[in-house]
Amino acid sequence: MSRPRNGGLWQELRVPAAAVIIGLIIGAVFMAMTGANPLTAYGALLSGCFGKPVNISETLVYINPLIFTGLSIAVAYRAGLFNIGAEGQMIVGMVAAAVVGYAGTGLPRAIHLPLTILSGALAGAIWAAVPGYLKARLGVHEVVNSIMMNYIALYLSHYLVNGPIKDPQVIAPYSREIADSAKLFRFFGGFRSEFRVNTGILIAVAAALLVYYVLYKTTTGYEIRAVGANADAARYAGINVPKAMAVSMLLAGSMAGLAGAVQVCGIQYKFLDLFAFEGFGLDGIAVALVGKINPFGVVGAASLFGILSRGAQMMQGIAHVPKQVAGIVQAAIVFMIAAEGLVEGWLSIPGLSLKKAGKAQKEDA
Amino acid sequence: MAQSQRVPVLAMKGITKQFPGVLANDRVDFTLEQGEIHALLGENGAGKSTLMKILYGLYGADSGTISVRGQEALIREPNDALRLGIGMVHQHFMLVQQFTVAENLVLGSEPRRRGIFLDMNAAVAKVKEVSEQYGLAIDPNARITDISVGMQQRVEILKALLRGADILILDEPTAVLTPQEVSELFAIMRNLQARGKSIVFITHKLKEVMAISERVTVVRRGRVVGSLDTSSTSVDELARLMVGRDVELVVEKGPAHPGEEILVVDDLNVLDARRLPAVRGVSLSVRGGEILGIAGVDGNGQTQLVEAITGMRRCASGRVMLAGKDITNSEPRRLFESGVVHIPADRQRHGLILDFSIAENMVLQTYYRPPFSVKGRLNWEVIRSEARRLIEEFDIRTPGEDVPAGSLSGGNQQKVIVARELSRQPELVIAAQPTRGLDVGAIEFVHGRLVEARDAGKAVLLVSLELDEILALADRIAVMYEGEVVGVLSRDEATEELLGLMMAGAARGSDPDASEVATG
Ligand SMILES: Nc1ncnc2c1ncn2[C@@H]1O[C@H](COP(=O)(O)OP(=O)(O)OP(=O)(O)O)[C@@H](O)[C@H]1O
Ligand SMILES: [Mg+2]
Repeated sequence: MSRPRNGGLWQELRVPAAAVIIGLIIGAVFMAMTGANPLTAYGALLSGCFGKPVNISETLVYINPLIFTGLSIAVAYRAGLFNIGAEGQMIVGMVAAAVVGYAGTGLPRAIHLPLTILSGALAGAIWAAVPGYLKARLGVHEVVNSIMMNYIALYLSHYLVNGPIKDPQVIAPYSREIADSAKLFRFFGGFRSEFRVNTGILIAVAAALLVYYVLYKTTTGYEIRAVGANADAARYAGINVPKAMAVSMLLAGSMAGLAGAVQVCGIQYKFLDLFAFEGFGLDGIAVALVGKINPFGVVGAASLFGILSRGAQMMQGIAHVPKQVAGIVQAAIVFMIAAEGLVEGWLSIPGLSLKKAGKAQKEDA
Repeated sequence: MAQSQRVPVLAMKGITKQFPGVLANDRVDFTLEQGEIHALLGENGAGKSTLMKILYGLYGADSGTISVRGQEALIREPNDALRLGIGMVHQHFMLVQQFTVAENLVLGSEPRRRGIFLDMNAAVAKVKEVSEQYGLAIDPNARITDISVGMQQRVEILKALLRGADILILDEPTAVLTPQEVSELFAIMRNLQARGKSIVFITHKLKEVMAISERVTVVRRGRVVGSLDTSSTSVDELARLMVGRDVELVVEKGPAHPGEEILVVDDLNVLDARRLPAVRGVSLSVRGGEILGIAGVDGNGQTQLVEAITGMRRCASGRVMLAGKDITNSEPRRLFESGVVHIPADRQRHGLILDFSIAENMVLQTYYRPPFSVKGRLNWEVIRSEARRLIEEFDIRTPGEDVPAGSLSGGNQQKVIVARELSRQPELVIAAQPTRGLDVGAIEFVHGRLVEARDAGKAVLLVSLELDEILALADRIAVMYEGEVVGVLSRDEATEELLGLMMAGAARGSDPDASEVATG
C-alpha cells in the first residue's frame, strides 16, 4: 500500500459496521410501524441471499456488475469527475459484446471471448470519451453530457435491437444469442446451469486489482489522484490536468463497458431490449461512495448493495414487506454509511468519557 | 502564587493531546489574565495551534481541564466555546469566497424576517455597527474574493466579535500581512484590549512579541518551557527558549560573485484574472550567484510576475529568457526540466496536495522520472526513502513520511515545499514568501539554504513582503509599484526608508539598467 493507515483494519471498518447495524435497526423500526415483523423480514433477507446454494449464486450475480460500475465511478471521482454516465457506458458495452459475440461465431474461444469482452470495454470507453473530451478540452461540466450520453445509449440500443441486430427468429426484441465461444463459463454446470454465477466475478475482482494498481502504482494513477485532490497544485507541478482527466474518464468508461460485456457473456447471452435504465450505473455511485472511492472498498460495498438489493426482493417475496419499506431499509443503511461523520460522532459519545478517564489515569500514574 | 491575584479569565491545566505518532500537547498549563495580550510562541509543530484548537472545541483533549472565569468548562465543539465567549481566527482562513463580507459574518446566525427570510439589511447594519465600535473599517458588501488578505482577516476577527467573543485567539495573524497591515492589526488589538478583551496571539516573529504582548508563553515539542513577562525578557532569550539553542537571527553571508545572466525578463506585460494589466513593462535580470529581491506592497504585480515566469499565467507581451533560451509561456514541466524551481506563495493551494502523504508530495514534479518511476511504474521504495532523507535533512516534524501533508503544522507544511524545491538541483530558484509561517530556527535554515544556492552559482529570485527578509538576503533589490519596477537598488544603496518610499510610489530609484551596470 502506498499509504498504510494507522489504526488498522478495525479502525477502517468500525464506522461502516456500526452504520450497517444502525441502518438495520432503523429499518426494523419502519417495518414494525408498517405491521411487518422485522425478524421474519431479516430472516427472509438472509435466507434469500444465502439460504440455498442457488441463492448465494444469484446474490453474486447481482454483485458482479455493481463492482464494475462502482469502480467506474471511483476512477473518475479520483480525478475529481462525476461519471454519472456509467449507465449508458454499460449499455453500449452490452450492445458491443452482443454484436461481437454473435458476429465472431467460428472464431476459436481463446480469441473470441477476450475480443468480445474487450469490445464491451472499448465501447464504454468511447462513450465516456465524449464527456471526457468536452470536459478536458473545453471545461464543459461532465455531468450534463454524461446524462445526455445515457439517453443516447438507451435509445440507440432500443433502435438497434428492434432493427439491425434483432434476432429475426423471435418476435421479442432480442439480439441473436452469442456463440458459445464468447460465453463465460459458469462455475457449476454448463451454459444453461441454474447456478448463473460465472467467471465474470473473477474478472470483476481482477478489474479492482487493476484499478488499484493503476491508481497507486503507476504515474498515470498518481496524476489522476493529484488532479482530483488539488487540480491547482497539480497544474503548478506541471501535471497535464486535462490529460489526466481524459485518461480517468476512459478508464471509467471501460469499467462500465466491462459491466455490460460481462452481463451479456455471463448471464444474458444476448442483448435484451431495455425499457428503462437498469440502475446499475446509478447504484454504482452509491457503491463507490460507500466504498470510499477505494477499489477494494468498492468490492465490499458492491457486495453489501448486492445483498441489500436482492434481500429487498426476498423480503417482499417471502415476508411480504412492502417494496417501499424494503427500499427504506436499504436507504437507511446507505444513508448511515454516507453520513460517516454522524456515526463517528455517535460512536464517540459513550466512548469519549471512558477514553478520557482512562487516559487521564494513565497520565497521573 | 500571590493570593491577591485575580481569577484568570482562562486557565488550561494539564492539557495532553496525542495524535498518531505525535504527542502534540504534553501536560500543558496555560493561563490568560483578563485584558492581556498573551503571546504564544514556539517552533513549527510545537503544538500551539493544537492547544488553541482544543480551547476552541475543534479537538478533544485526551486529558486536562479548562476553566473560564474560574468555572470549569466542558468544551466539546466550537459552539460551546462561543457560548463561553471564546472566538478564534485560524491560521488558514475559513471564509466562503463567493459570499460578501456581511454574508460571511452572519453565516450560522443569520438575522431573519418572519422566521425564514434572510434579512440582509439588518445584517449589513449590524456589521457596520460592530465594525465602527472596534475601529475595524470594512465594506460589508464586498465579496471575499475581491478583498485583500488583511481585510479577510478583519472579517474573521469581526466574525468572532459578532458572536460575542471576549477571549480572542489569533493564530499567526501576521504571517499573511504586509508590514502596514501588521501595524493596523496591532492598533485593532490595542483597541480591543482597551475594551476589556483578552487576546492570545500566536506568532513566530519575536519583534512582534516584544512590541505587543504583556506576557509570553513558550512551548517546545508539546511542553511549556516558560511563561514570562515580556518586559523582562529579550528577543535572544525567547529564541533560545523556543529552539533550545542559540539562533543566528541575522544571515551570515559573504559578498556575491555574480556570473552569467540566468534569468532575463524583457518588457513583460501580464494581465490579471480580471484582464487588467498587472505587470507593466517589467525588465529584470538575475545573474547566477546573486539573489535579486523583489520588494513591494502586496498586490503590486509580484504574484502575476512570478506566475508569468513560472508558466502559470500567460504573458501578454514581452520575453522571458532562461540561460539564453526563450521560455516565454512555456509549460511548467518544461521549465522544471530546465532547472527552474518555485516555492509558491500560497502553500495550501499551489504548493501541496494536502490529502497526499508527505512522500507523495515530495515527488510532485519528479514522479515521472527515474529513479522515482521506471516505465510508468512508481517506485515507492525510492520515493519513500527520498522523503525520509528530506524529512531528516530539513527537520520536518512528522511521525513519518506516510502521513498526509494536511496533518502537519503550518510551518512544517512549508518546510515540505522548501525541501522539495531546493533539493531539485536548480539553476534558478524562484521563492515567493519562502519563510511565511516558519519559526526562527527554520527561517535561519531556509535563509542559509538560499544563500548556499547563491554561493553555488545559482540565480535566486526572492519575492517577499517583508523588508527584513529582503534586506537580509538580497544582493540587489527591485521595487514593484502598480505593476512596474520603479527601481533596482544595490544592497548598499537600499535603506528601509528609501525602500518604503519607493514601495509607496513616492520615489523612484535609479534607472534599472544603470544600476545593473553598476553592480554587474
Ligand atoms: N489533525 C492532525 N492529525 C495528526 N497530527 C496532527 C494534526 N494536527 C496537528 N498534528 C501534529 O501535531 C503537532 C503539533 O501541530 P500544531 O499544528 O499544533 O503545531 P504549531 O505549533 O501550530 O506549529 P506551526 O507554527 O507550524 O503552525 C505537529 O507535529 C503536527 O504534525
Ligand atoms: Mg500552527
